[in-house]
Amino acid sequence: MNTEVNFAGIKMKNPVTVASGTFGYGREYSQFFDLSKLGGIITKGTSLKPRDGNKPSRIYETPSGMLNSIGLQNPGVEYFITHDLPWLKTQNVAIIVNACGSTIEDYVELCKILNKTDIDGVELNLSCPNVKAGCLAFGTTYEGVKEVTSKVRKVLDKPLIVKLTPNVTDITLPAKGAEDAGADAVSLINTLLGMSININTRKPYLANNTGGLSGPCVKPVAVRMVYQVSQAVNIPVLGMGGIINGDDAIEFMLAGASAISIGAGNFIDPYTSVNTVKGIEEYMKKHNIENINDIVGKVEMN
Amino acid sequence: MPVQLHAKLIKKEQLKPDIFKFSMSAREIVDIAKPGQFIEIRVTEGIDPFLRRPISIYNMDKENGILEIIFRVQGRGTEILSRKKEEDLIDIVGPLGYGTFKLEEYKNIAILGGGIGVFPLYELAKNASKKITVNTYLGFRNKEAVLLEDEFKEVSNKLVITTDDGSYKVHGFAINELKKDLKENKIDAIFACGPLPLLKAAQNLAKETNIPCQISLEEKMGCGLGVCLGCAVEVVTGGYEHVCKQGPVFDSNKVII
Ligand SMILES: Cc1cc2nc3c(=O)[nH]c(=O)nc-3n(C[C@H](O)[C@H](O)[C@H](O)COP(=O)(O)OP(=O)(O)OC[C@H]3O[C@@H](n4cnc5c(N)ncnc54)[C@H](O)[C@@H]3O)c2cc1C
Ligand SMILES: Cc1cc2nc3c(=O)[nH]c(=O)nc-3n(C[C@H](O)[C@H](O)[C@H](O)COP(=O)(O)O)c2cc1C
Ligand code: FES
Repeated sequence: MNTEVNFAGIKMKNPVTVASGTFGYGREYSQFFDLSKLGGIITKGTSLKPRDGNKPSRIYETPSGMLNSIGLQNPGVEYFITHDLPWLKTQNVAIIVNACGSTIEDYVELCKILNKTDIDGVELNLSCPNVKAGCLAFGTTYEGVKEVTSKVRKVLDKPLIVKLTPNVTDITLPAKGAEDAGADAVSLINTLLGMSININTRKPYLANNTGGLSGPCVKPVAVRMVYQVSQAVNIPVLGMGGIINGDDAIEFMLAGASAISIGAGNFIDPYTSVNTVKGIEEYMKKHNIENINDIVGKVEMN
Repeated sequence: MPVQLHAKLIKKEQLKPDIFKFSMSAREIVDIAKPGQFIEIRVTEGIDPFLRRPISIYNMDKENGILEIIFRVQGRGTEILSRKKEEDLIDIVGPLGYGTFKLEEYKNIAILGGGIGVFPLYELAKNASKKITVNTYLGFRNKEAVLLEDEFKEVSNKLVITTDDGSYKVHGFAINELKKDLKENKIDAIFACGPLPLLKAAQNLAKETNIPCQISLEEKMGCGLGVCLGCAVEVVTGGYEHVCKQGPVFDSNKVII
């Protein structure tokens, strides 16, 4: 049985990665299991300079999911390089850094720095709904995505994954922008913009008023978008949105994802990601699948 | 280092119509947990409610590996939890929080609790009272709300109970009784947990008197492990720390609440 994947040039033991912002830089979950059991780790969104993030409350639970408005709190890329990267490198797992910025110059500067490090790839976050400037502004149009991606492409030799927002009318357009600018892959979906109101105080629960929705409640939307994007572009897709077990992962792969990420699912059980690896293997056994890559995009539409 | 385990519910008691005490078998957690730490409970195997619920450690029987919690039915999650039966297995992760109550070299401490905020203070009082002087001040809404009086009496050199409406023991706020005693007794440190007004009052008292004060905070949590950065609390030096990581217990001078 072969679960190895070569995702956009990143070699991984299996197609299971953990999604940005839901796994920190890996240390906390390494208390529960050996990180080398995963295909890859996508770090917390990391910017050129440290960011404080948004005011609390930053989290609100919703039916089968959650809203968050963390606001990309992170210690900055230099801290990551000196403090977390050397340790992560000892963990024998692919390391993908989720890069975010407020201006095109930020993204370029950040990726220049990352290019000189020992990481395996960059996931360009053009899609965070929780920060006012940047990110989302570039991520919603073909032109916007193409412009940032092509400028980053010039300074980044490592595999480049562009992360897409679902908060658009037609997600295949930004996906094509990424492909046309030379991205090696796209990842989707980031969180869906949402809001919850406390009916007693008449105020939104999140201090930021709105936040990003994720968890199992978004899964059908994510599967549909992964299918659409994988039909529209020729670069591989990293699929995510509500995955909590092997069956969910297989569903995304059938829809067209070459690898998958687990986000909020990590919070409900620290072992969700490793159990997903096991679940994929069980599915392969049961359905006599020799090579996991064989199921990618094999949905049979009605 | 936190672990996940399925703890057997050995004993379930209903202390009030909406307050339950669970005694669970959780040796791996009890062996390493410290006063002030908490656990996160998954109340259902399904996905709704989605997130785990943070609940403080109330008491530990280190010898027998028993972990006790007390919780109030607040909403759907704690309501589901309250329906668990003895012998059921409960999915918990813990112990959590690196910011624990620290007794340092204190000789005389004051413990200040309000309402359901008294739970995390018991293990602290129990440990402290074996070595040093513990004065405990607990405030409740009214007579019906008074909790754990006998338990705290046993682990305190002095116990003062107040009620907001005067329906039981001293009429007024617990912190005012503590303030009165400060005039006569030397107190080296204050340990507080309770509703926000109580914590703010404790914070002010600490500032005015220069007595060190450790407060236990609450915030909505995603992971409970320090990865999602959801449970942010503003700190005076700028930026945020996190209740599940640097907390739940903070130096009162450090945080903006
Ligand atoms: C570190 C810590 C220790 C705690 N210890 C105890 C304890 O020992 N006993 C006890 O009775 N309660 C304790 N609480 C509060 C307890 O976590 C909440 O009452 C509980 O999460 C409510 O869940 P629910 O589904 O019943 O309520 P709902 O109001 O339906 O919950 C909705 C969402 O808000 C969250 N939430 C609601 N209230 C709180 C709160 N006060 N703090 C954090 N999240 C909240 C829930 O976890 C859930 O995600 C503690 C909270 C924290 C942060
Ligand atoms: C608490 C939290 C923080 C997140 N932070 C980031 C981030 O920093 N960068 C990013 O690109 N996506 C971030 N995301 C989005 C996730 O990586 C993922 O795209 C999304 O949550 C969907 O997956 P899920 O349903 O499995 O959680 C965050 C999500 C959550 C829940
Ligand atoms: S709850 Fe995730 S960092 Fe505290």
